[in-house]
Amino acid sequence: MRPVAIVAAGMTRFGELWQSSLRDLFVEAASEALANARASRLDAIFVGNMAAGQFVGQEHLGPLCADHLGMAGVAATRIESACASGGAALRAAFAEVASGMSDLVLAAGVEKMTDGAEATAVLATAADQEAEGYQGITFPGLYAMIARAHMAAHGTTEQDLAAVTVKNHRHGALNEKAQFGRTVELAEVMTSTMVADPLRLLHCSPVSDGACAVLLCPLDQARKYTDRPVKIRGSGMATSSMALADRKDPAWLDAVHESAVRAYAMAGVEPRDIQVAEVHDCFSIAEICCIEALGLVERGLGARAAPSGETALGGRIPVNTSGGLKAKGHPVGATGIAQAIEIFEQLRGDAGKRQVKGARIGLCQNMGGSGASSVVHILERA
Amino acid sequence: MSGIAGYGAYVPRNRIRSEEIARQWGKDPASIRRGLLLEEKSVPGLDEDTITISVAAGRDALARAGVDPQKVGALYIGSESHPYAVKPSGTVVAEALGIGPRVHVADFEFACKAGTEAMFVAAGLVESGRVEYAMGIGADTSQGAPNDALEFSASAGGAAYLFGKTDLLAVLIDQCSFTTDTPDFWRREGQFYPRHGGRFTGEPAYFKHVTAATRAMLERTGMKPSDFRHAIFHMPNGKFPLAVGKDLGFTKEQLATGWLVATMGNTYSGSSPTGLAAVLDVANPGDKILITSFGSGAASDSFVFEATALLPERRARGRTVRSMLDGKRRYLTYGEYAKFREKIILND
Repeated sequence: MRPVAIVAAGMTRFGELWQSSLRDLFVEAASEALANARASRLDAIFVGNMAAGQFVGQEHLGPLCADHLGMAGVAATRIESACASGGAALRAAFAEVASGMSDLVLAAGVEKMTDGAEATAVLATAADQEAEGYQGITFPGLYAMIARAHMAAHGTTEQDLAAVTVKNHRHGALNEKAQFGRTVELAEVMTSTMVADPLRLLHCSPVSDGACAVLLCPLDQARKYTDRPVKIRGSGMATSSMALADRKDPAWLDAVHESAVRAYAMAGVEPRDIQVAEVHDCFSIAEICCIEALGLVERGLGARAAPSGETALGGRIPVNTSGGLKAKGHPVGATGIAQAIEIFEQLRGDAGKRQVKGARIGLCQNMGGSGASSVVHILERA
Repeated sequence: MSGIAGYGAYVPRNRIRSEEIARQWGKDPASIRRGLLLEEKSVPGLDEDTITISVAAGRDALARAGVDPQKVGALYIGSESHPYAVKPSGTVVAEALGIGPRVHVADFEFACKAGTEAMFVAAGLVESGRVEYAMGIGADTSQGAPNDALEFSASAGGAAYLFGKTDLLAVLIDQCSFTTDTPDFWRREGQFYPRHGGRFTGEPAYFKHVTAATRAMLERTGMKPSDFRHAIFHMPNGKFPLAVGKDLGFTKEQLATGWLVATMGNTYSGSSPTGLAAVLDVANPGDKILITSFGSGAASDSFVFEATALLPERRARGRTVRSMLDGKRRYLTYGEYAKFREKIILND
């Protein structure tokens, strides 16, 4: 395998972007990435997208995106792994370049969620339809059960959950691309509307529109496009049982753990080497479970990280400096690429007020469903 | 010069509290009160509809004007709950009020703007000299699907305005509109309840159009917010009219009298017209009044009126809006409400 680098990134603002269609969003992000690399050609495009067919009635995103980017003719395909679609697209692009098949590949993610579809119902199709969907449960309910399991096993409290939201909003307020550029107080989170006990509105990531794109090439060609490339040191993906009820411990995200083990092994690093991480906080409980499964904190101690400041900017291991899915927004198919862009910018020293000083190695973790699929990438300043 | 020769409003006596609706659906009433600023809303009785509300409001308008109904040359009713899909509400209302048959009648529909639309056209016909008097009515028994956010606001009521050129209670200084194709809220043929685009009904719809129409009006008249004693903005919930008023530079005091939504709910086509009636109930001669409606789809109509010296004595001839909002009320359980709103399916 050839070493692979990310050389450029492009990203729309995240939010309720009434004036932009799915193709507009993709073209904005992809064009920005190409312009930043001064690249005018591509060998392949991978578009991470969960559910354009349901959200906007549009499938066949590969040619659609290539065409509207002015690149009809280029190999292009859509990659789907529910909310981990972006991470999966990045992994496909990484493999395409590492294998020697292509030299310049765009890994993108896009989701247009606010065109009128019932977002919660569409997202619920990423759960096990026969075991879960037909019983009427949607993701807030599934993650509420994960939260209850975590509370029962480890003494996690509602205040611990709320602390994750407060931290991520504080980070998001420093990110001009974020959907919510405001901070929230603990009391506001803990009295917000109940969605699925114990998860309240401010424990849930929003419904968002947005697109992201990164450009990948072999490391030895990276200097053609940028003087500050970022190397992809490791990529790991894993799956778990689709239905939450089939997991041995619902408070332990085994696919996240396994995908991390694989990425650490490829990268030759350990959790203690990670200096900044973006993890999949679709609900506040998810961040707590993910940092445990990634080994960033000890198993069972995830809930203490946000209240202690350990995972805040300036803490031992800053997590979700972008604001995370909670504050930055969660256009599902775009999220995995957005996470990689945050780490890319952190490692290049471009993160502005969110900069983690001296960060050389960072991790991004993107998952689908209630944790049935997970993708981890480990990036390093080259 | 034309203006309002008579006005009247009507709000049904039945109410349902936000708590009662929230309790039914397991929602948190505190967050409704805090988020939407809604305490309770009016509910039509089993024998009340857009037509009866229009007749009740129209009678007070004629009484305040002291005008022979036979002199009314046009009658327009704006509503999104006309009892018939095909067959006008206006014909029944005209006959009940003793208006016509030499009268031009039409039913208008433009979501929540239909009432000011009727006023807009009525005022224009009078101004042109085509008719001596014209009545514009906005009335609704608004629909909101069970367990939708709209259920906390959709209410019943309306107001009627008789436009003329003599013995005016308020002079019409100017009127204008701002309209674009913005599908934020709709009900298709055959559907029982409207659908809406959630937050899309806010910034790109309500705020954009109310702001643009109001700014256009200020520009046309050369007036500034501080020139007005009262301002009324369409009230889909408690928050929107206060927010848009603040953005435009109006004070809480200017908005207070016409802001009825917390206890009346959103009477759709009747909303801002009823707010105007509440203002005319207390306005002093010389007071300048701004009203800007909003209808999904989407557009806003904006009007500027100036109260005359005749207003104080004439308004005593009819019921005030506050007397209906604060007077005798009957609180319904959700079950009674469901029956009154015909949400329960019965065998014929």
